[in-house]
Amino acid sequence: MNALEFIVAGMLAAATPFLLAALGEMVAERAGVLNLGVEGLMALGAVIAFIIVYHGGGHLLGFVAAGLASTALSLVFAVIALGLRANQVAVGLAIGILGQGLSALFGKSYESLTVKGLPKLSLPWLSDIPVIGGLFVEDVVVWLSLAATVAIWAIFAYTKTGLVVRAVGENPKAARALGYPVIAVRFAAVAFGGALAGFAGAYAAVVYTPLWADGMIAGRGWIAIALVVFGTWLTSRIFLGACLFGAVSLASLAAQTTGLDVSSQLLSSLPYLVTIVVLGIISSNRRLLKLNGVASLGEPFEQ
Amino acid sequence: MSALSRPFLPVLVRREHASLAIKLVAPSAALGLATLLNLGLYLLMGRDPVAVFHAMLLEPFLSWASFSEVLLKMGPLLLIAQGLAIGFRAKVFNIGAEGQFILGAIFASAIPIWLPQATGQWIWPAMLVLGALGGALWASLTAFWRVRLNANEILVSLMLALVAAQVLNYLLLGPWKDPAGFNFPQSVMFQYDAMVPILIPGTRVNVSLLIAFAFSLSAWVFMQRSFAGYKLQVGGLAPRAAGYAGFNEGRAIWLSLLIGGFAAGLAGAAEVAGPLGQLQRSISTGYGYAAIIVAYLGGLHPIGIVFSALLMAALYIGGDNAMVSANLPVAAVRVFQGSLLLAYLIAIAFVRYRLEWRDAAHGSAP
Repeated sequence: MNALEFIVAGMLAAATPFLLAALGEMVAERAGVLNLGVEGLMALGAVIAFIIVYHGGGHLLGFVAAGLASTALSLVFAVIALGLRANQVAVGLAIGILGQGLSALFGKSYESLTVKGLPKLSLPWLSDIPVIGGLFVEDVVVWLSLAATVAIWAIFAYTKTGLVVRAVGENPKAARALGYPVIAVRFAAVAFGGALAGFAGAYAAVVYTPLWADGMIAGRGWIAIALVVFGTWLTSRIFLGACLFGAVSLASLAAQTTGLDVSSQLLSSLPYLVTIVVLGIISSNRRLLKLNGVASLGEPFEQ
Repeated sequence: MSALSRPFLPVLVRREHASLAIKLVAPSAALGLATLLNLGLYLLMGRDPVAVFHAMLLEPFLSWASFSEVLLKMGPLLLIAQGLAIGFRAKVFNIGAEGQFILGAIFASAIPIWLPQATGQWIWPAMLVLGALGGALWASLTAFWRVRLNANEILVSLMLALVAAQVLNYLLLGPWKDPAGFNFPQSVMFQYDAMVPILIPGTRVNVSLLIAFAFSLSAWVFMQRSFAGYKLQVGGLAPRAAGYAGFNEGRAIWLSLLIGGFAAGLAGAAEVAGPLGQLQRSISTGYGYAAIIVAYLGGLHPIGIVFSALLMAALYIGGDNAMVSANLPVAAVRVFQGSLLLAYLIAIAFVRYRLEWRDAAHGSAP
């Protein structure tokens, strides 16, 4: 397998934690809520899933429990930031610190232990295509995440639910005047984002690298938040961004294994450097951000 | 009818003015709430909550030896938090102080590592200055990205903090590794003149604590008494008004980030030129992130921050105590820190609002 085939085959799996977390954050931001706690939500989901799978509970139960735990933590965010109208930036940071702390606390006695990942399912014929065939050999969570991506895109493009979420984010006063429960919609969007962040963390811990290490999320939650900006709050562009980051993390892995003469620290910081550069490029196009951005993002709603 | 005005649901009503007493009660209530929640958690983990409470919250203050360690930890937290609070009041969210702290430590270490034979009382002050410049330089990248490229400073400063940790790893595993250090990722021990002089004999508390207090005083003068500080605060509270008044937003962002980076870099320099005496991987135990909590807990006010920095420093020392005496994992400190900030944000909401129980028959909230 050459480097290109290696990257193609692993790209979607590497992209999945970014994709799930970023889509969840996108939904919350579309509703006007900036939740900066994604890193902590992912870390909590990761440790819960790992503990359950390690004790033989199985991957399904692991993912469900991770989703529930992260949803619960995201609801703490919602109560304080939306219910009590506290500063969303501060509440998000606090949730992030708390989630990472809980993750380290619960995971302490599991350090360096491993679990079994998930088998890959290959699509017949398509997986035999040279070079890109690897794209069609993925585990079930990747396939489900792709389905979820299409579903979220369709909900925002075609359904009233999507329209209501956007209305609440764009102009909460008008949405309220039309009779939509602004706070309830925002709670639901935050909870949805929490569940997806939990799944993202679970995927990272029990499928992608099924080994427990404190701090294993390693900034992926923050990159997911950046991905929402890169994707200008659009599902399709966020998907492409997640694939880019999947490829970048694999490329640095491939470069390390082929013994390329680049320091491993430079390669480890590659995803962060790419984030900084892309964020600069996309954000400097102010018109693009204004066109797609969410008008009431981060502002508390008082009726 | 919205979810908040259904029958018998509480409604938040903004207070006309919050008394000073309520403002002071809020942080204490937050500490109480966080303490209760965490003791409950320790009970669930099968630890003796009374023993943990004693080790974590009382012991740091019970002996001079441990209180002096609290003062030692207070220095960097106080410095970083004062710098961050200035930015937070201007609504410039620099959350990458951890990276600016690391760069400060690296810049300061350059002097003793490149000039190991140098002697003279100029070395430690030069290290502090260089460290502060290093922190400000790292923060200036964020400022450039924010002002010139319109990029979100929260994300950029955090990403740069993650990069800074890798830069530190690179130096300690490569060019700056102590050749006689048994392959540990650490630099050589610094010479005597690279050490900040001890302030209180018999302890490790050094002159950098005085510098932190001096910086706090300057922060107070700057924010409460200077026109530049006033412009920053207006920019944070009413960005449009600041625009109409002709206050330059870009300049406010540059100033906020440079001050934050300067203070964090100074703290990083003081850490390697103080208790550590060398550059090592664990130069910061999350000071940059803990300082965010310190800043909020102190009400973003220079005087409040002095007290919250003392509290947070005690939590660090108390956490170490509880690890030894009550077998509590060190991660418990991070859980406590996170819940303390959440509890504070809840408490402060009740300073701004009061709860009123209304039913739908009397109409919805105004």
